[in-house]
Amino acid sequence: MKVRAQIGMVLNLDKCIGCHTCSVTCKNVWTSRDGVEYAWFNNVETKPGTGYPTDWENQDRWNGGWVRTKSGKLQPKQGAKWRILANIFANPDLPEIDDYYEPFDFDYDHLKSAPEMKAFPTARPRSKITGERMQKIEKGPNWEEILGGEFAKRSEDYNFEGIQKQIYGEYENTFMMYLPRLCEHCLNPACAASCPSGAIYKREEDGIVLIDQEKCRGWRMCVSGCPYKKVYYNWSTGKSEKCTLCYPRIESGNPTVCSETCVGRIRYLGVMLYDADKIAEAASVEDKTDLYDAQLGVFLDPNDPEVIAAARSEGVPEDWIKAAKESPIWKMAMEWKVAFPLHPEYRTLPMVWYIPPLSPIQNAAEAGAIGSDGAMPDVRSLRIPLRYLANMLTAGDEAPVAAALERMLAMRAYMRAKTVDGVTDEAVAASVGLSGRVIEDMYKIMALADYEDRFVIPTTHREQVEDAYDLRGGCGFTDSNGCSTGLSKGSLFGGSKKPLKMPTEVM
Amino acid sequence: MHNFLFGIYPYIALSVLIIGSIARYDRDPFTWKTSSSQMLRRKQLIWGSILFHVGVLVIFFGHLVGLLTPIWVFDAIGVSHGAKQLLAVVAGGIAGAMALIGGLMLFHRRWTDPRIRVTSSFADTAILLLLLAQLVLGLGTIYVSLQHLDGHEMTLFMSWAQGIFTFDGQAASYIEHAALIFKLHLFLGLTIFLVFPFTRLVHILSGFGAPIRYLFNRPGYQIVRSRKRRHPAE
Repeated sequence: MKVRAQIGMVLNLDKCIGCHTCSVTCKNVWTSRDGVEYAWFNNVETKPGTGYPTDWENQDRWNGGWVRTKSGKLQPKQGAKWRILANIFANPDLPEIDDYYEPFDFDYDHLKSAPEMKAFPTARPRSKITGERMQKIEKGPNWEEILGGEFAKRSEDYNFEGIQKQIYGEYENTFMMYLPRLCEHCLNPACAASCPSGAIYKREEDGIVLIDQEKCRGWRMCVSGCPYKKVYYNWSTGKSEKCTLCYPRIESGNPTVCSETCVGRIRYLGVMLYDADKIAEAASVEDKTDLYDAQLGVFLDPNDPEVIAAARSEGVPEDWIKAAKESPIWKMAMEWKVAFPLHPEYRTLPMVWYIPPLSPIQNAAEAGAIGSDGAMPDVRSLRIPLRYLANMLTAGDEAPVAAALERMLAMRAYMRAKTVDGVTDEAVAASVGLSGRVIEDMYKIMALADYEDRFVIPTTHREQVEDAYDLRGGCGFTDSNGCSTGLSKGSLFGGSKKPLKMPTEVM
Repeated sequence: MHNFLFGIYPYIALSVLIIGSIARYDRDPFTWKTSSSQMLRRKQLIWGSILFHVGVLVIFFGHLVGLLTPIWVFDAIGVSHGAKQLLAVVAGGIAGAMALIGGLMLFHRRWTDPRIRVTSSFADTAILLLLLAQLVLGLGTIYVSLQHLDGHEMTLFMSWAQGIFTFDGQAASYIEHAALIFKLHLFLGLTIFLVFPFTRLVHILSGFGAPIRYLFNRPGYQIVRSRKRRHPAE
């Protein structure tokens, strides 16, 4: 048993209102720079839809993630090491920027500088790459917002696998949900495995996956290796970039920017202890529907004295062990089993998990006729098809998702009985295998979601691993060469890119 | 002048290549990259890049082995100078044509595609032009070589190249009477060495290093970095 700690995240999709505050605050902090205008370390997709970049979930097309070979070993789907090296001159699986969207800005200045005209002045779009006028914006980071576009296109969504999808194009049967996405900080990251330079690594102390900007050589294999398409190639610096889980904030015990600013309070951060020795075995189980269970088997119970002893001997700090015991992630993923990994079939063992959303009851007009399971409606009568959620969260296995939705419905029924009728309905709790006390705990964490309950983040103990004397007068956070003396515009090696010239409107 | 260009300039170019690369790797590793533009435009890159790179690599190793293997080795294994020249002309010709076609595709793409053009630095375009010129010159020498098939002239270039690496003061004099196109080819080649550390060409070194690191120095697929203090006693 090799105990390591990981900062995990859970997103409660049942409460996501699709406001994109997470995306915007993340963009403002991390990707408002040349070369990554198109990149959204955090984005929110409307489902069903093909997402951003288009069709990212379809690994038959993008070859991201891992595959299990006939001999039972794992290799990246884009190929084993020699195959990746053979594609180094031209990566056949690399998306083009148009698969995301061509970044653009508007000529806002024209609104105030336009001369007197018959028509009202407008701010027309301009490409952020070439600086040229764009006649028509063909695509954006959230092109399918609130079911935008025709169903025929959106229904190419990979999660419709095994579903008679035609009926969901009908107005009466339409369903929709939001899916905020960020880097999964996987236990078995395919991006790191694909990097020929060895620039991508997982941090031992908190599991955050980062790209060493000084070691990255721009071979761009990580972009195609990541099945979630959450590694972005910066076309200006020629390096790959990705979500950092706001590690400077996490290290000081603060939640990530996306979590901190989430107005729906849907995001949770906490410590999970896991057994690093079990990763390979768990990621290579034969049947893809077993991957969810296999990943549960990698996590270690922070209340088990053996685990605690092993964690101590591995150097996991005491307050991290304490945080693991109070982790909201542990409760939702392991105790209540209401959170699930996103696309476990990619075999990356992702660490950003999702609570599936409840949805209105289908055919509510015929309310009398719908299936009803005692006090609660049948989860199969909910508007979002169970199979759709299962394809997204459990590789198609409906049972765990149904159980989670039932528990969430039971929580509603129990709390309604308690607060409206003043009755403690243990029978409802028992019907989903829980007790009233547990349901009240669920309610406190999942429904009320106080700040202290959502974010249980121990600080990093840099004082134990670094010598402050050595750091004195060191370099700050910069895009490399932070120790450079003085400022110079150009560089002997490479020089800076010429600034993008924005031509002004000619009338 | 001849002595400077082919007796001294090679040392300047090689010194700048080596010291410049070390300095860049050490001082400014953030700028050490391939500068791939595949992300911005896939069109023409797949074929252009593969043809160009495979062609150039064959030519590079051909030159390396052909010029720096001592002549007596060829004599010992019974490869006549004429046969060696023929091999060089045929292999070099095919690879050169591949590289030239690929390079022209890449240049056309870089010059005409608005996205690539606006994001290219001066060095990106200039180094591609230099390499294309060098390929044209190199292919041009085939015509001269075909005038004399005995392989004698080729041995002179071998002596020169080996003379440079063995600090032979007379090295330049061996190629005094070579055809002008050869001299131009050599001069441009040395100039490419000279500008190497200041351009994206540095990615070649990473390209040679990556397979070693990836295949042999990394046991599995994953990399975990630890900040635990390693006690010397443990």
